[in-house]
Amino acid sequence: MPAPIRLRELIRTIRTARTQAEEREMIQKECAAIRSSFREEDNTYRCRNVAKLLYMHMLGYPAHFGQLECLKLIASQKFTDKRIGYLGAMLLLDERQDVHLLMTNCIKNDLNHSTQYVQGLALCTLGCMGSSEMCRDLAGEVEKLLKTSNSYLRKKAALCAVHVIRKVPELMEMFLPATKNLLSEKNHGKEAELCGLLYPALVPQLVRILKNLIMSGYSPEHDVSGISDPFLQVRILRLLRILGRSDDDSSEAMNDILAQVATNTETSKNVGNAILYETVLTIMDIKSESGLRVLAINILGRFLLNNDKNIRYVALTSLLKTVQTDHNAVQRHRSTIVDCLKDLDVSIKRRAMELSFALVNGNNIRGMMKELLYFLDSCDPEFKADCASGVFLAAEKYAPSKRWHIDTIMRVLTTAGSYVRDDSVPNLIQLITNSVEMHAYTVQRLYKALLDDISQQPLVQVSSWCIGEYGDLLVSGQCEEEEPIQVTEDEVLDVLEGLLLSNLSTPVTRGYSLTAIMKLSTREILNRIKKVVSVYGSSIDVELQQRAVEYNALFKKYDHMRPALLERMPIMEKTASNGPTEIVQTNGETEPSVPDTKHPPLVTQPANQVRACDVWTYHCWGYICVNELHSGLLVIPPMTAYNKNGLKIEFTFERANPNPNIAVITIHATNTTEADMTEFVFQAAVPKTFQLQLLSPSSNIVPALNQGSITQIIRVLNPQKQQLRMRVKLTYTHKGLPVQDLAEVNNFPPQSWQ
Amino acid sequence: MMRFLLLFSRQGKLRLQKWFTPIPEREKKKIVRDMTTMVLARKPRSCNFLHWKDLKIVYKRYASLYFCCGLDAEENELIALEMLHRYVELLDKYFGNVCELDIIFNFEKAYFILDEFLLGGEIQETSKQVVSRAIEASDMLQEVRCCPVGTDLRSVFPSS
Repeated sequence: MPAPIRLRELIRTIRTARTQAEEREMIQKECAAIRSSFREEDNTYRCRNVAKLLYMHMLGYPAHFGQLECLKLIASQKFTDKRIGYLGAMLLLDERQDVHLLMTNCIKNDLNHSTQYVQGLALCTLGCMGSSEMCRDLAGEVEKLLKTSNSYLRKKAALCAVHVIRKVPELMEMFLPATKNLLSEKNHGKEAELCGLLYPALVPQLVRILKNLIMSGYSPEHDVSGISDPFLQVRILRLLRILGRSDDDSSEAMNDILAQVATNTETSKNVGNAILYETVLTIMDIKSESGLRVLAINILGRFLLNNDKNIRYVALTSLLKTVQTDHNAVQRHRSTIVDCLKDLDVSIKRRAMELSFALVNGNNIRGMMKELLYFLDSCDPEFKADCASGVFLAAEKYAPSKRWHIDTIMRVLTTAGSYVRDDSVPNLIQLITNSVEMHAYTVQRLYKALLDDISQQPLVQVSSWCIGEYGDLLVSGQCEEEEPIQVTEDEVLDVLEGLLLSNLSTPVTRGYSLTAIMKLSTREILNRIKKVVSVYGSSIDVELQQRAVEYNALFKKYDHMRPALLERMPIMEKTASNGPTEIVQTNGETEPSVPDTKHPPLVTQPANQVRACDVWTYHCWGYICVNELHSGLLVIPPMTAYNKNGLKIEFTFERANPNPNIAVITIHATNTTEADMTEFVFQAAVPKTFQLQLLSPSSNIVPALNQGSITQIIRVLNPQKQQLRMRVKLTYTHKGLPVQDLAEVNNFPPQSWQ
Repeated sequence: MMRFLLLFSRQGKLRLQKWFTPIPEREKKKIVRDMTTMVLARKPRSCNFLHWKDLKIVYKRYASLYFCCGLDAEENELIALEMLHRYVELLDKYFGNVCELDIIFNFEKAYFILDEFLLGGEIQETSKQVVSRAIEASDMLQEVRCCPVGTDLRSVFPSS
């Protein structure tokens, strides 16, 4: 068999492929050749073949058949083989493969090899991808190597030990004695790495090493742009951070050196700033004195003015982390932070925005809001939702006056209206309701905004709601804050009707508009309103249709109640301080607590079923029990489902709310015999297109001689409006004997399922 | 610690992948895809840091290659940039004016150099000289056709 082609040759060939398919073909051919070469157990070319396989693996092709070959290479005596073998192991094997464990013995041997580079390979592989079992098995060898006089091996062993400890924390004890001696070495070793996990007592030593580093002379080997061994400096600072984190004494021991590094480090290049950054992180994390913390924040403030955007980014991120704890210090840099809002880089803008919101307080609210609103106008769409929410929150907390608050909300709604979150709408409505003296001003401004633009749904929804509530104020032209505008009722109705008809309006918005139109019906434009409402009685949108039908009924049968029902809403009490969903949920239930003796309490709906607009709809009805209304429209006669052997079962019906597809059947079981029927169980089954829910019965004894009854509720979901049929199974004990019966119930009244 | 280091071209072709934590193959492919998409989509003068899941991503473009690494959230991004730069310097010293083709045709050497510079996701050696000498010595060792068992090579190649 001819010698397998060389690696470079293969790479060159594959790169000439012009299409993916061509490449795939070449690779498959080569893989086949490699596979047969493996089968022949060819030692000479194994290394070359595995190298080729690794190249193909990098291109994304499967290479698992080379895993065992890597092991064979590792076991070989040739250094070249070992090098490629270990590389292959690191690329193709991981701790999930069983083959992985087979390496353990090879690595063990190589850790004791006479050549340091072989030992190095083994340490590197173990430290990179050793599993917990391997680490456990080989920890002893690594520990031995930690004590060698060979610095090349010692540093590798140290990092390998870090990996071992990460994988198997219990082994930490084993390494303690060896590491104690490491730090006393006078070199730039990475042994410091290991020590960080271990001793607070090391702080003075670390401090000394760091001091030497910054004071010591020029060391060209380790130098980066004139700073001696920045990597080591950063490492030591990180260690100091870990050691000082919860330890007062250690923190105190570090104060001086931290201040020294902070003031002496050159900041003209990235490297110096990297060290300063690490210093700042350390200062913020340990229990440092306040002077040092202020120093750290000032460094971050200087970073903000740096030309390098990486540095600005890092500063903003760090300030964001410290803004809660060192609020005042960060406030001093507020103007710089606000300037960063205008930065071109997206990540910087986002962080500046978050930080700005964190810095808003009662004193700077007006200035900050101006900047933030300007930012909202000009920023990318991805920011608008978050910015709008942030503005609302800040305005709510710190608004200097109600008018300012409403103006701010208006500004947000008009500039970023379509990006505002859905849950802000009920929030805003609640806010507006509570600012009683601003109602006229608000409704006027919202009306004017509607005239300009009806595309932004949250704005339109809030406006419709307000016009519905405060339409009288709008028409009567009473506005103290601004020049009142002249609006007639017909014009208002034109606008609202326009919303209903517009293609830009979502179904939710249409619901708001219809309800708003209805609320205006307490005035003279009654006929027109009646017409609009009846048109929507046959709308395709189920929600609109339902509302229109209900409002129609209000005109016809309950006209005497209409004015009372459509009265202005009472002020809503804000319940919990947390998010908007609270308000939506509790509104259905807190209503009864608002004392209003004229009306009976509202039927409470299960909170999570009620959407905001539903609540408004039911408010609009006022306090009529909705179920009553429905049963008024739709009276379903009861029926006898079963009557045999003295057991009679009657069904009574209700159509559930808000889902008209659910029929609620209450069964009443009575017993005309002289003996009780005990252990009574009622079971029902329905055809596949229905769904049945059986709630618990009132009891399981049907008393004799009609002295009482068992009631049980069945809920039937009938989305396809098919004829309701049911099969029932009854089991009970009567006069000591078990009785069981099956029956079909078919004579359901049509109103129960149509 | 560093979680991974990837090198890829401007067309998204992977040139080197080093993983410092055990990750299933499918997930590795996904991470590579995500990284290449995210980094290649960045505008030319954006900052070099990104956030991805719970990791910090630091990337830098050198000629036609992107060097991209994923770090733990507590790591120092600025020093990571220096680390990437140091690796490029090491490659440059070894290959003499390194370019993408060198890394394509000698990818195993790129790995060997990386393994002398980083171990377990941490910096192993901060001296450029020491790393270069170690690589040179290892390369020389490859020239020796066979090492009979028991040969003490320390006599032939003294440790640094």
